[in-house]
Amino acid sequence: MLSIKNLQAKIDDKQILNGINLEIKAGEVHAIMGPNGSGKSTLASVLAGREEYEVLGGEVEFLGKDLLALEPDERAREGVFLAFQYPVEIPGVSTINFMKTALNQIRTHRGQQPLDAVSFLGLMKEKMKLVEIDQSLLNRALNEGFSGGEKKRNEIFQMAMLEPKLAILDETDSGLDIDALKIVANGVNKLRSKNNAVIVVTHYQRLLEYIVPDFVHVLYKGKIVKSGTKELALELEAKGYDWIKDEVSVA
Amino acid sequence: MSKDNQVLEELTSKEYEHGWTTNIETESAPKGLNEDIIRFISAKKNEPEWLLEWRLSAYRQWTKMKEPKWPNVTYPPINYQDVIYYSAPKQSAKAKSLEDVDPELIKTFEKLGISLTEQKRLTGVAVDAVIDSVSVATTFKETLGELGIIFCSFSEAVQKHPDLIKKYMGSVVPVNDNYFAALNSAVFTDGSFCYIPKGVRCPMELSTYFRINAANTGQFERTLIVADEGSYVSYLEGCTAPQRDENQLHAAVVEIYAMKDAQVKYSTVQNWYPGDKEGKGGIYNFVTKRGLCAGDGSKISWTQVETGSAITWKYPSCVLKGDNSVGEFYSVAVTNNYQQADTGTKMIHIGRNTKSRIVSKGISAGHSQNSYRGQVHIMKRAEGARNFSQCDSLLMGDKCGAHTFPYIDVENKSAKIEHEATTSKIGEDQIFYCLQRGIDEESAVALIVNGYAKEVLNQLPMEFAVEAQKLLALTLEGSVG
Repeated sequence: MLSIKNLQAKIDDKQILNGINLEIKAGEVHAIMGPNGSGKSTLASVLAGREEYEVLGGEVEFLGKDLLALEPDERAREGVFLAFQYPVEIPGVSTINFMKTALNQIRTHRGQQPLDAVSFLGLMKEKMKLVEIDQSLLNRALNEGFSGGEKKRNEIFQMAMLEPKLAILDETDSGLDIDALKIVANGVNKLRSKNNAVIVVTHYQRLLEYIVPDFVHVLYKGKIVKSGTKELALELEAKGYDWIKDEVSVA
Repeated sequence: MSKDNQVLEELTSKEYEHGWTTNIETESAPKGLNEDIIRFISAKKNEPEWLLEWRLSAYRQWTKMKEPKWPNVTYPPINYQDVIYYSAPKQSAKAKSLEDVDPELIKTFEKLGISLTEQKRLTGVAVDAVIDSVSVATTFKETLGELGIIFCSFSEAVQKHPDLIKKYMGSVVPVNDNYFAALNSAVFTDGSFCYIPKGVRCPMELSTYFRINAANTGQFERTLIVADEGSYVSYLEGCTAPQRDENQLHAAVVEIYAMKDAQVKYSTVQNWYPGDKEGKGGIYNFVTKRGLCAGDGSKISWTQVETGSAITWKYPSCVLKGDNSVGEFYSVAVTNNYQQADTGTKMIHIGRNTKSRIVSKGISAGHSQNSYRGQVHIMKRAEGARNFSQCDSLLMGDKCGAHTFPYIDVENKSAKIEHEATTSKIGEDQIFYCLQRGIDEESAVALIVNGYAKEVLNQLPMEFAVEAQKLLALTLEGSVG
């Protein structure tokens, strides 16, 4: 589904990604871990097409398409979803209205009819249950005055609504207490299928207890320095990142 | 919520939608302005002697006045002798039903989405359509007539209700109030008149659609709304104009007179031709709008969505004379390309416990300049007066300007005044967030802007709100990125 080859990218004058290689197949969940500043969030942003990041080299193929050649909104309509680490507020625009606009643009792109108000509401109620989100929250202006947990739940709600092929969760666990974490993880798990893939970007192993990954990759200084299965995450939790740093410097 | 999306989805065309002209023979006065031209207009309209004298008096005062230079706008000098002050569509006989009306005019209305048919009755709107200075058709007059409501063209009111006109015309905006009001008083050709009798709640939104049509014709409309004790009316005004290469002058006067416990809600969506992307052409919109809360407990509410005109000079105001009277002003003013707007309101508190509320949302894009200018004046007698003002500016790009000129005069110590102001830019982060959800950039901007202006748009009647959202989006297309 996603094939990243030797991806390099910079922001301002600082190169952050120094040749990322990653293969993701449908149905898989990959965790990207690493110490602060290793390039985890940059990778998520570059995949989503954030303008501030400049791609210096490499290739990204997504479902047979050259992902880097697509505009951010085209990537989204093709099925790339980014759950933001810091979701922005949009005053005066309700989540419902926002989602209806997004969903209908995606549907049109897929050659489907836009949903009418009744079908949209039905779909929304179904997805609301997945992430245990209250409709009153969705009636309010997008993320305005939301708590950290509400914002993250809203991200997963949007993911549920848009049914992406590839979901990238950027530090979705940050700022969540254990109850909220479970709800969010539970939502993601219910959305997992053999047709979609998930990239979980996280600093801590904690989230991976609830969203169990098929593969774990460790990012350090803009490169994947170690890959393994979920046991790697436990090892990192036990030993810390210094162990990886030492190993890399020895090599 | 669903209407927002419907609107956004419908956004396809980039060019000014209403850019075309209708080919109708006109009977015009020669260019220029002098007492003979005023006599010509007055005679054409078969006016009584007192009205001619009123016009002439306004003209004489106008000749001694100077064009205001204080607005934050620039434009080349206007040659007032190069303007045609009267043009009327030729019609063989006065139209009594739609079948009698020039089919070209009907087509014009249809292009604008104005239907003078039964559909309007179903949506509850009576339309007094004005094309180039002369009213050609008025509907639902009979339904309204049963309630004693008068809703007709200004000319007709002069003929049929001279006492009301004589009593209230100029009672809110005196002829010598300002340069453009004086000009209007001298040369106004038509407009609308509305009278709501005591205790009557007008069952439908009254609306007038204005349209400038003949080339090089100044349009000088005059609207007078009189709301008798305890009555209520909601009045809608919407404007669209065809593309023009030459600048066109528009100087309207709107007067609202509210008696004891009367309520008047006046909503405007203004979309005059703004000029092209280089700032060539466009309408000069110099309008005087004022409401007088004459009676105790009366209320006047202005809501405006201003997207058009090359230059806008407009301050819908409330004079709160009656005790416990209330004035409101809700405004969204959008400028793009080389548009200039200097708009705001005046709230004059005279009576006790008078309240006013100002919510102004400016949006500037392109190379435009957008100024809010507002005055809150608490007079000596206005014990317990209160005002709340909120003035927000939204900037798109870095070549436009947003300016705020609030004036506050307080002569009574018991007054409570609150003023809030913010200036923000549409964030790259907000746009990216929308893009990441599959929303294209134009729709993203429309969504964010409509969200920003929501508090004002919510004040508009439903069908107007939809039109207003469309206009906001259309006006700002292509202004990001």
